Order: sequence, then structure tokens, then C-alpha cells
Amino acid sequence: MRWLGLGAAAAVALALAIVLGPTHVAWSALGSSEIVRSLRLPRAILAFLVGGALGMAGAALQALVRNPLADPFLLGLSGGAGLGAVLAIALHLGGPWILPLAAFVGALAAMALVYRVGLVGGAELDPRVLILAGVAVGAFAGAVTTAIVSLASAADLRNALLWLWGGLSGASWDAVLVVCVYVPLPLGVLLAAARSLDLLALGEEPARFLGADVDRVRRRVYVAASLLTAAAVAVSGVVGFVGLIVPHAMRALWGHQHRALLPAAFVGGGTLLTLADTVARVAVAPRELPVGIVTALVGVPVFALLMRRWTAR
Amino acid sequence: MDRALILDLRGVSYRYPGAAADALHDVSLALRAGDFHAVLGPNGSGKTTLVRVALGVVPLREGVAELLGRPAGRWSPRELARVAGVVAQREDNLFPQRVRDTVLLGRYPHLSLWGAVRPEDRAAVTRALERCDVATLADRWIWTLSGGEYQRVRVARALAQEPRLLVLDEPTASLDIRHEMELFELARGLADAEGLAVLLITHHLNLAARFADRVLLLSEGRAVAEGPPAEVLTREAAERVFEWPVTIEPFQDRPQMIPLRKRKDHA
Repeated sequence: MRWLGLGAAAAVALALAIVLGPTHVAWSALGSSEIVRSLRLPRAILAFLVGGALGMAGAALQALVRNPLADPFLLGLSGGAGLGAVLAIALHLGGPWILPLAAFVGALAAMALVYRVGLVGGAELDPRVLILAGVAVGAFAGAVTTAIVSLASAADLRNALLWLWGGLSGASWDAVLVVCVYVPLPLGVLLAAARSLDLLALGEEPARFLGADVDRVRRRVYVAASLLTAAAVAVSGVVGFVGLIVPHAMRALWGHQHRALLPAAFVGGGTLLTLADTVARVAVAPRELPVGIVTALVGVPVFALLMRRWTAR
Repeated sequence: MDRALILDLRGVSYRYPGAAADALHDVSLALRAGDFHAVLGPNGSGKTTLVRVALGVVPLREGVAELLGRPAGRWSPRELARVAGVVAQREDNLFPQRVRDTVLLGRYPHLSLWGAVRPEDRAAVTRALERCDVATLADRWIWTLSGGEYQRVRVARALAQEPRLLVLDEPTASLDIRHEMELFELARGLADAEGLAVLLITHHLNLAARFADRVLLLSEGRAVAEGPPAEVLTREAAERVFEWPVTIEPFQDRPQMIPLRKRKDHA
């Protein structure tokens, strides 16, 4: 039932993304329209894959860092990935295949930094400090990104800005292919870690005594989540809050067993970002809102609500 | 009677990285199937370190630690979880969960990577719930449980692992008398009826003396004495370890320690 509902929601989101747009396309012409085939369809698919990657990465990170407020954006992963990608653009290393790699390096570096700061309190990771560190590192990466963009030449600047704030407007079948190449492996890694993530919610030592190889799982999940975030950032810029809202909604529906939760977070994330992107395209047509603004408009109030519930406990 | 040797520690020592002294020094312990041993000692005496060493969480500095004849450090976490159930001192509950689901976590070391939960896993969960007298709580959220109920659920989760060794690290630290007694009775019953080897870490000297076959008294990482409670819990040993004057009174053939008032005129 739940899967049916989620599947239906995903189908509706994808259908809306294809039917709606600044240019009216008649129902009968949907199949043959060039606008649909080379603009709306790849963009809808890309939005779905990116949202799915972010949703699943968020769900896994929440269990891993044992903080229900974690997501790739708040942990600084997205900011690091954005910085890596902008650096690549500034150094003329752009191109659809290099960009995700540069973003991946940036995300990993951000993760390492956040992790270091999170350990300040002692040998055990403090989940609250980790989020603070993530926000700080994210802000720092954002500042450096802005500095690079403002120092860049006019042509580079235009490219970087387009990419940073452009959301999914650069969507193409090439971008879909890039995501299809970079995303399946980390998705598989996360799914394979699903049961260990269930155990990790109890804490590291209890998880170990229930059979989880904590260090290995942690390494794998961090790298996989960084790769997912990097692939997402490389094709759509920094999109926040999908990885936060979606896992929470899915946890309410599916409970906390990650074998079901992770796939649900993927489909849910895809659905949310597809809808958000449709809103971004249609709301102020013929101009466009960056999709990150739409997700932030939904995400910030939800974050505040969760923060209140979490600290009240 | 020759019961299987489950846990064998011979002269083990461990020092935390950067520490000046051993957290555990030259400690030995042999636990057979059906044995109930208690490890006693004040805070910081090395009780939890002993568990970490016995289960291969930290590497040995000296000595031998064997679980079922294999060095403790050579068990993978997953293999270890199939033979040893541990109720650790602390755990978090990040996400809300029902009792049955949390006990099911005890089956994870038995599940294959992509395999689903099998009927035998569900049967093991039900058995564990019943054995710990928490079957009626199976559908409750764990945050609605009392402290005593929650500890029994955690023991049930360890039993669902179908282990041969059960380690309980201060399981009654915050429990009232009834729940504390229930937990000790449960642990004793598991050793007697199921042949589990039970290693109980506790502050509660008197309860340990009444329930355990043997006790190990630790002080500053060293074994002060090891053996049947009547031999270990002497006035001299207790006063030395706990740094307080005590008297030892027998109760049902077991020694019971009573701390004394220091000023005799108030006694």
C-alpha cells in the first residue's frame, strides 16, 4: 500500500514535470514534441535521480552520524562538492565527466574536515558538534566558492554562476548519463550497509557487539554518500534540504529499518525534487527560480520544526 | 563434569594508548558453559576493560584471551555476535522502535547480506521475548518501557543472538530492588537452564555473592582475588579494595558485606 502510494506520487510528479512548462504543449503533441523530448524529459529524469541520490544519502548519513538532523547539505558535503566543482571550472577543468570527480574530491575533503572537528570532544563522535561543524564547513566552502567566482574572468564567472544557481536548467541527456554512471555503485553500497545502519542507531559499541564492522561501514557509507552528493551537485548545483525532509517523511511511514527506508528515501527524494523543479520552472514563467530556493522554502520550516522536536526530547 | 570452556583469559594486560599504567594487569578468568561469574570492583577498576579485552575489541598487551579456543582478536564482529551476546552499559535510541523490532536486531549476525528475515529468526525472537518475560510488551514502543523492562528487553535481544556467552555490563545500575532481583534471577536461570556462560559486571557485591558461582575482585586493573564468593569476599580483601571498613556476615552460606560507620559512637 505504502509502496503503491509512493509509486503513484512519483508517477504524478514525473507526469506533471513533462506536461507543465512555460510553453504550452498540447496533449496530443506530447509524444512528438521536441521540447518534451530534449528538454522536459531529461530534466524530469535528472531531477528524479538527483533528488533520489540526495534523499538516500541523507537517510544513510542520519543513521551513521546518529543525528536525525543530518543531511548532505547540513554536513557540509554539498558545500564541499560545490567548491570542488567551481575550482574545476575556474581552472578550466570543466566538462560533464570531470565535474563530478572534482565535486567528489571537494565533498570528501569537507567530510574529513567536519569529522575532525566533530572529534574535538574526545574519542567519541558528538553528533551535535558534527552538525555545527558541518554548517561551519559548509559556510566556509560557500564563502571560498563566492570568492573564486568573484575573482574569475567574465566568461568563467558566467559559467560558474549558471552552474551554481542554475539548478537543473542545464539538464540534458548527457547529464542524465553522467548521473546514471556515477550513482548506481554508491546506491548499492548504501543498500548493502542497510542492516549495519540499523545497528549503528544504538551507538558504536552496541552496534559492534551485534555484529556490525563499525569502522568499515562508516568508511563505506561516508564515501558512498559523498559520491552521491557529488554526482548530484555536479549536475544541479547545491540543492539543500532534500536529504533532510525526505528521510523524515519516509521514517514516519516506513519505520527505521533501512532496508526499506533507503529505497523509499530514494523514490521520495526523486518525487520531491521533481515537483520542486516543476514549481521552479512554472511559478514565475517565463523566468525560472533556482530549484534550491524552492527546496529551501519548504526545508527551512521543516528543519526548525524537527530541531524543536529533537531538542524537546 | 566436563563442560565446554567458553572464555579463557590467562594473564591478560591492556593499556589504553597514552596511559601511564595498565588499565588491566595480569588478570585470569575461565568461564565454562553454565557458569555464572561476577566481576566486582570499584569505579575505574578495569571491569569494562576486561569485557573489551575478552571480546577482542581492544588488542592485548600481554597474555592470552580465547573465546571457544580461538584468540579473541581473530573473531570478526559478525562471527563474534553469533557466539557472544553483550548488554553494554550504555546505548542510545536514535529512532523510535518497537520492542519486537529491537529484539530482532539480535538476529542480524545470522542474516545473510541480501537475505530476508526467516521464520526461524522470528521464532528465535519470540523465544527470547518469552524467556525474558517481555512477550506481552512486544508491540510497545521502547521509550514507554520502565528501566527494568527495558533492561530485560536488551537481555532478550542478546538471547535472540543465540549466544553461548552472555555478558552483562552493570545491567542493574539504575534499577530498583525488584527489577534488580528479577534480572539476577533471570541471569542465574539462563546459566542453569540453558547452559549459557554468564559474565556479569556489577557494583553489587552482595547480590553477586549470592548469585554467582565465582567472583573476580578487581582493583586498579589487578585481580585482588578470584574464586567462590566465600573465599574471595573476606574482610581484608573488601576493605583493601573499597577503602572502607566493613564486616562480613554469612547469609544462607553466602558472605554479605556490610560497610561500617567510621565513628563507633554512632554505630
